[in-house]
Amino acid sequence: MSLKFFLENAWLIALLPFLSFAIIGLYLHRWPKISACLSIVSIGISLVLALGTAFAVFATKEGVVYEAAMRWLDMPGLRVDMGMLLDPLAAVMLIVVTLVALLVQVYSLGYMHDDPGLASYYAYQSLFAASMLGLVLANNFGQLYIFWELVGVCSYFLIGFWFGRDSAKEAAKKAFITNRVGDFAFLLGILFLQLLFGSLNYGSLATALEGFNNSAVLLIVALLLFGGSIGKSAQFPLHVWLPDAMEGPTPVSALIHAATMVAAGVYLIARAFFIFSASPEAMLVIAVVGGFTALFAASIALVQNDIKRILAYSTLSQLGYMIMAMGTGAMSASIFHLMTHAFFKSLLFLAAGSVIHALANEQDIFKMGNLYHKMPVTAGTFIVGALALSGIPPLSGFWSKDEILAGTLSSGHIFLYVLGLLVAFMTAFYMFRLVFVVFFGSNEAQGHPHESPWIMTTPLAILAGVSVVAGFPGSPLMHYAFGHYVNSPAALHVVPGALTMIISTLLALSGIGLAWAMYQQKLLEPRLLVDKVPQFYKLLINKYYIDEIYAWIVARAVDATAAWLFWVDINIVNRLVNNIAFFTGRSGETLRYTEDGQVQSYALYMFGGIIVILAAALYLGLPG
Amino acid sequence: MLSNFPVLSLALFMPVIGAIIIICLPKAETRPIKYVAAVSTFISLALSILVFIAYDRVQGGMQFIEHIPWIADLGVSYALGVDGISIPLMLLTNLIGFSAVYASWHVADRVKEFFILLLILISGVMGTFLTTDLFIFFLFYEVVVIPIYLLVIMWGSSKRVSKEYAGMKLTIYLLMGSAFLLTGLIALFIKAYTLSGVPSMDIATLSGLEFPLEFQIWVFAFMALGFGTLLSMFPFHAWSPDGYAGAPTAVSMIHAGVLKKIGGYGLIRIGIYILPLGAKFIAPVIAVLAIGNIVYAAMICLSQKDLKYIVGYSSVSHMGYVLIGIAALNLVSLNGAVIMMFAHGVMAALFFAMIGNLYEKSHTRNVDDFGGLAHQMPRLATGFMLAGLASLGLPGLVNFVGEFTIFIGAFRNYRVLTIIAVLGIVLTAVYILRTLGDVLFGPRREEWDELQDLRGPELVPLIVLGSVIILGGLYPLDIMNLINGGVEQIVNQTGLHNIQAALWTGGIF
Repeated sequence: MSLKFFLENAWLIALLPFLSFAIIGLYLHRWPKISACLSIVSIGISLVLALGTAFAVFATKEGVVYEAAMRWLDMPGLRVDMGMLLDPLAAVMLIVVTLVALLVQVYSLGYMHDDPGLASYYAYQSLFAASMLGLVLANNFGQLYIFWELVGVCSYFLIGFWFGRDSAKEAAKKAFITNRVGDFAFLLGILFLQLLFGSLNYGSLATALEGFNNSAVLLIVALLLFGGSIGKSAQFPLHVWLPDAMEGPTPVSALIHAATMVAAGVYLIARAFFIFSASPEAMLVIAVVGGFTALFAASIALVQNDIKRILAYSTLSQLGYMIMAMGTGAMSASIFHLMTHAFFKSLLFLAAGSVIHALANEQDIFKMGNLYHKMPVTAGTFIVGALALSGIPPLSGFWSKDEILAGTLSSGHIFLYVLGLLVAFMTAFYMFRLVFVVFFGSNEAQGHPHESPWIMTTPLAILAGVSVVAGFPGSPLMHYAFGHYVNSPAALHVVPGALTMIISTLLALSGIGLAWAMYQQKLLEPRLLVDKVPQFYKLLINKYYIDEIYAWIVARAVDATAAWLFWVDINIVNRLVNNIAFFTGRSGETLRYTEDGQVQSYALYMFGGIIVILAAALYLGLPG
Repeated sequence: MLSNFPVLSLALFMPVIGAIIIICLPKAETRPIKYVAAVSTFISLALSILVFIAYDRVQGGMQFIEHIPWIADLGVSYALGVDGISIPLMLLTNLIGFSAVYASWHVADRVKEFFILLLILISGVMGTFLTTDLFIFFLFYEVVVIPIYLLVIMWGSSKRVSKEYAGMKLTIYLLMGSAFLLTGLIALFIKAYTLSGVPSMDIATLSGLEFPLEFQIWVFAFMALGFGTLLSMFPFHAWSPDGYAGAPTAVSMIHAGVLKKIGGYGLIRIGIYILPLGAKFIAPVIAVLAIGNIVYAAMICLSQKDLKYIVGYSSVSHMGYVLIGIAALNLVSLNGAVIMMFAHGVMAALFFAMIGNLYEKSHTRNVDDFGGLAHQMPRLATGFMLAGLASLGLPGLVNFVGEFTIFIGAFRNYRVLTIIAVLGIVLTAVYILRTLGDVLFGPRREEWDELQDLRGPELVPLIVLGSVIILGGLYPLDIMNLINGGVEQIVNQTGLHNIQAALWTGGIF
């Protein structure tokens, strides 16, 4: 089998999960176990194909680029293809998505084993995998938008999977609508691209853009496209949906709301890097939004008590990190971090799920404790993930985070560099606050926690292994191969210097140390700290009141206007019509006196009518 | 073989034949009556699918032509023919007609009369799309009014307004529209007669004439009012929510699904085709009113609690997309408008079928009365979900194709208006997801435990309309090619692309 085979048939990677979705939805929904097997087998084959594709793409020194497409919508002036663009960026994403999806689906066999909706769960999982892979493969913005929306709707279904809960129903709705706000901007950006350049294909756009110097228009287009990223990657101010999305089953959070879908916003910037990098002002906005989100979310994560919400805010913060890196031009570093983050964050979520599973759905970390001895595999893998996230060498997070920091420094954003270091410190602190409280704390959990079955711990072990080694392609050990392949001509690629490595490692260690002192050794009572700045603590625990502000706006502005407009419609627009009807009725009543039954009168009307018609005919010059 | 066989006439009169058979059946035999209705609409549906497949896309133009001179002095002939614009709408009529019969399966009151009127209604609507003669077009349009009125006042339901009020309102608006239309048509006929000296009602012949600019503007304005009212153009939309709420399920399906589309079809086939300069002049006004449709009606949806009002206002909102697509007067936008009419028709019919079914069983349509219905009625929930997601323009479902194409086309001519129009996708998502969430999801409510899920004949609308929504969304290439063939011909013949150049002012702002 030649490598060409994998390139030419890469569309199967997305199609197989889609077929699995269709077959489960149409025929198999009564047999949950068979559905689950079908779904897992199809994503497994996709993983094999993705690996083959990656081999083919990385076969040459420069990396192979392969593009193919079929028409999906075609008319003069608009063409949308279903195509695939295979290059190192796509290859990396394909592996990340298929690998994490496969492990999550296997893990779900254990986590969801007694759920009555297992078949539809796997149907949605398959549809999600297909959509996400279609998004990654896309060679044009039309296709990207289509799959972008489809992953959104899968997310809607999976957040609301336990639809009997009001909270799940609300969270699903919130996620979709918040994303729609971002997509409003994204769609406008696409409309601009089609209008300005007459094409949606990445390649054609890149060529067309070279001769385009209207920087104001370019800025608008770039910012509109970035709107999509803000929604999907949950950046401030559209971040509100992601923490609530934790209402979904935990494996869903791991796959969709940590590793893959939320990274689509970052992927969009990488794909369209030729547009963004052409507008320095847009890049600055992106860097600032990302940096702000990183800090903002990390600060909220410091005080949360729900194990999944801590991880959710951590995800927000890390996504902010990636977006910030994009903004500073470090596209390669950003994607590198996307990849490593996908592995260790899905590991953290799945391990957290294992804890929740063992404790009968308990999610408050202060009601857990001392789980290390009862759940050694879960605890061990979770700690590996936490170390990777904190950036402790030589785990994967260390390499990717330092590359981002190096990028901010060398592009001259000193402020973002310092911010990045601060976030790194906070990340290590809140992660190990969680670790010490849950796995080593003196609280005793309710019930009889036990280690999860092998079907759940095996994926954990694999992900832990990957989290350790995934950083090596971007390290001096492998000659920074990652940055060599995944790159863009316009991007900046800097390898971290020793100083940055040392500073970031020391900060991470001190964050861990502080958490150890506060939550393990109780050298410092957290309460004291809270009492020092009660207002600030209140602000953090209430997530800066952003949700409350939005709720107020929706109730006061949107719903009130809606009610008012309905009043207008009934009482003004409608009444106008009723008045016309009333007027007609009255005229009828008046005119009926002309119908008096006198033949003379009728003859008179007739005569009058003939005169009018004749006059009209003469005036218009009708023949005959 | 096909060229000599009167396929269109057969499809057109099959429901009427069904109605005649039903007349001969005894009143008490409700089962045979329903079977006759189902079979006759099924034959029409099968024939329209045949036409859809057999239409020669390469050759293009009017095909399956039938021509019988009728009133020589007025130039009226019984002329039928279909092209890329009318085939989707013919298909739509029959998809919905067939589904509407099944959605009315449980009608218990005066079954015989109900199905006779329903079948006549289906034929009437179909006729407007099949004919190439202006007079016949108007004739069919008028045929529609009577069954609609009777169906609403006899089998309708009263909520905010009484069904008599709803029926009357619906009828008066239809007639008001037709009065404007008739005025426009007579003016057109007389002017054409003076220009060419030959009386003609043939649409293609009329479009070949060069009407003076001022005349075009006036007559197009009349048509825009007439067709606009039919298409529930803001502010002439007030009939739509009340009318749909009062009408029985089948009538809501046909009215929102296809009857409305006669307005959009007329604007393109008659308005733009015959009076391109008038269209160009009036188009900006239509575009502005279209924004009224999209945003205003969508906002009102947010405040509604009655399911039929939500879909009623939502349908007003969606017609705004069609209107702005028509008003942008370019190939892409017109293509979008046609596929949007098709897509919206299928979606609205499915929505009304589901609402009707739920109302029949629960005797309420208030959103607050429901909750967690997906527990008891998973199939109904699937239907609601499918219609709802189509309505909010989810890719993979056919409505997305319409919205996307319209936006791309309209953005060329109306920058700011299109941006406001795109806002519609956010508002639609809000009211649709709120409604679906409150009706289908949340804790199980025990008072609805005895409700039966969809089964037997009730499943037909879901399967038929649902598959079309999905198939059209996954593979729009073929139907778009078909539509493009029809629209391209109109655009080229009227020189609309040259008018385009004049409208297109260059630059972005």
